[in-house]
Amino acid sequence: MKLSFSPENEAFRAEIRQWLDENLCGEFEPLRYRGGPGDEHVFIDERKAWEQRMAAGGWVGIGWPSQHGGRACSIAEQVIFHEEYARAGGPGRMGHIGEGLAAPTLIAYGSAQQQQRYLPAILEGREFWCQGYSEPGAGSDLANVRSKAVCDNGVWKITGQKVWTSLAHEADWCFVIARTDPGSVGNKGLGFFLVAMDQPGVDVRPIVQITGTAEFNEVFFENAVAADIVGEPGEGWKIAMALLGFERGVSTLGQQMLFQNELDAIVTIARKNGAAKNPLLRQRLAQAHLGLRTMRYNAMRMLSGGEDGSLQREALVYKLHWATWHRDLGELAMDVLGPDAELLGENGDYDLSRLQSLFLFSRSDTIYGGTNQIQRNIIAERGLGMPRELRPR
Amino acid sequence: MDFRFTDEQVMIRDTARAFLADASDSAAVRAAMAGQGDAWARVTGEMGWQALTIPESCEGLGLGWVELAIVHEAAGETLLVSPLFATLGTGVSLLRACAGEQQQADWLPGIAAGEATLGVGMQGPGKDWGLRGCGVRYRPGDAGYELRGELASVVDGAIADTLLVVALDETESPESARVFRVAADAQGVTRRQTPGLDQTRDLAHLQLSEVQVAEDDLLDGSRAGWPAIQAGLDLGVIALAAELLGTAQRSLDLAVTYTLEREQFGRPVAGFQALKHKAADMMLRCECARSAVYYAACTADAFLEGQASAAQLAEAASIAKASAGDAAFENAGEALQMHGGVGFTWEYDIHLYFKRARAGRAQWGSSDWHRERIAEFILDGDEAMS
Ligand SMILES: Cc1cc2nc3c(=O)[nH]c(=O)nc-3n(C[C@H](O)[C@H](O)[C@H](O)COP(=O)(O)OP(=O)(O)OC[C@H]3O[C@@H](n4cnc5c(N)ncnc54)[C@H](O)[C@@H]3O)c2cc1C
Repeated sequence: MKLSFSPENEAFRAEIRQWLDENLCGEFEPLRYRGGPGDEHVFIDERKAWEQRMAAGGWVGIGWPSQHGGRACSIAEQVIFHEEYARAGGPGRMGHIGEGLAAPTLIAYGSAQQQQRYLPAILEGREFWCQGYSEPGAGSDLANVRSKAVCDNGVWKITGQKVWTSLAHEADWCFVIARTDPGSVGNKGLGFFLVAMDQPGVDVRPIVQITGTAEFNEVFFENAVAADIVGEPGEGWKIAMALLGFERGVSTLGQQMLFQNELDAIVTIARKNGAAKNPLLRQRLAQAHLGLRTMRYNAMRMLSGGEDGSLQREALVYKLHWATWHRDLGELAMDVLGPDAELLGENGDYDLSRLQSLFLFSRSDTIYGGTNQIQRNIIAERGLGMPRELRPR
Repeated sequence: MDFRFTDEQVMIRDTARAFLADASDSAAVRAAMAGQGDAWARVTGEMGWQALTIPESCEGLGLGWVELAIVHEAAGETLLVSPLFATLGTGVSLLRACAGEQQQADWLPGIAAGEATLGVGMQGPGKDWGLRGCGVRYRPGDAGYELRGELASVVDGAIADTLLVVALDETESPESARVFRVAADAQGVTRRQTPGLDQTRDLAHLQLSEVQVAEDDLLDGSRAGWPAIQAGLDLGVIALAAELLGTAQRSLDLAVTYTLEREQFGRPVAGFQALKHKAADMMLRCECARSAVYYAACTADAFLEGQASAAQLAEAASIAKASAGDAAFENAGEALQMHGGVGFTWEYDIHLYFKRARAGRAQWGSSDWHRERIAEFILDGDEAMS
């Protein structure tokens, strides 16, 4: 067990640091510290352009194997990359659903042809993705998906409704789980499809959120053509679940660094407005610092040990930890702001400050990607061997 | 960077667990609570853990803080009653950080041989952890220095052969802080074991009146004052945090085992979601504490190799202690609840975990104390600590 980085690692650090210095400036300067959770609706075009700049520098897909055009960076290098990216205030990544979710899934389960079709566009920051899992009747009970996929002369067509689809209005592609076997129930008889968003059979309607902005959407499919099915019909569940596993991987490191920026902002305010003298707030600020450090240590453990893909204990608790931590941070931000916390800006409708937006948006963290309650069920059942929930099917 | 155990460390853990399952089972712990324990003789005789972090040049095993944490975690799992934490966790740690090279060469071999146990004293009665709570003052004396004052809650202080005493001069400034090595039977030292709620760890009250200490018994590395001493104490804080991690984990394990066996409403109570969710939160606390403890242990190794600063060590130690202390107490409390009525009996062990966790969380800086130290770093300094 050791934590130190090798001289090669430090050289890598110097390289990414210099690259960020030279590139995250000029037209991209305003993007610093922007576009994170709760702020994802800003600077869309500029952030897409930034993805392409990153891609040109070879900083997309750094953990992918080299035969797929990645850098095959070690875990340590990926940790360093995310540390430096956040230190520089790198903007929230428009491409994270493609880079962090779609791509690893394709690398693991896609055909060679599919890999050649989709991976380069992700690597080059040209195509963006969204995740079509949830439906009105399939939330926590994701296996209850009703959307149908019908094979019509060798072409799969999708009909059904997805909901809460983040960034669907900005995406070129959606990965969709839909029922390939009409008589099936539960997690059997599903398929995993890749669907182009720009076609007549796809209708995206924004849903206004608690923040007054619209980052997620309803997506209606009416005989929409699926360009591809990944794996076989009936394998959709297995692939969908594997993808959720990637969600807990390295992509979480980038998010932690955004959290650090938020905590730093709160600390700065606390030092200015006197909240840093309040003993109760001091305890909470210290607890927030402690929690974020622990999150980092958990991630380091997870990344050091999880190469075989098995879910380890620290991986099982990871989502519950960060989601709860971030929600608490939102509440702490408001308490540190004091009376100002309740006052909106006066530039337009529902003009939230960054920390107000954090407060509201962090309420979603304990809901999406498996609610806290679902996480606890999983931890108790898989981590501790306690009896499974009753399943009426 | 490789944040997982090596094969050798896995072996040390498995060996420690196997040994303690026998040497520190429930009957052994209860015998030791009644003053009939033989665990220390077995630890020193069969395992040699007292020599774990003593350098090979001083006839020790020359292992590091990850191994130290592994052994303390295992001790916390079984509530081992022995001066392991006092001697190895706190005493050797302070000597490693503050004793001069010659002093280490003179003193450590005897400890490695299992000939002497140690106790570390700083806090005065009713006082908080930290230098402000320091209960002993020194001044020049006939032989070198003269110590006077009172020490409370010295872990295993009544049975220690050698005491390491943190003291201030009359200025009470941090620069004046020093560590003195005092024989427990020196003239002027009066000791009394103080009965405690947690009967698995002995605490002592010490009275020092005009105790004469030779110049050679002033720890060389402590001549520069508080920072080096604090680092030595932080090395010990990590040992206690590791113990508390073990206590937190075993509390969870006991609760899961019991609720899987106990049936009500026609099924094991472990099937009720209210209990599953409690258990999930307990596991979350354990895993966070585990990461924090082993991160701190790695930081300790880096510190002793001159690759981490005292501030980094302090931060990591505080994070580990607050995380593990809270995890231990909250988990033990939830485990008690999950046992129902039997959790409230003397017969079941869960109350021993509950009491040990409560005591451990408060010793060597409570969770709140450690959080306040973190707050000072992030809120009061010129620069946030990184
Ligand atoms: C901001 C945001 C972005 C999202 N982005 C996407 C996206 O891009 N793509 C996508 O597919 N989905 C997305 N989602 C959807 C998200 O995954 C679901 O909202 C989530 O899985 C919960 O489902 P639900 O909303 O139907 O709630 P429900 O499942 O109806 O849950 C209601 C309540 O019941 C509890 N509950 C449910 N089942 C159990 C149980 N077995 N035991 C105990 N308690 C239970 C839940 O914890 C919750 O408190 C997003 C959601 C949000 C908020």
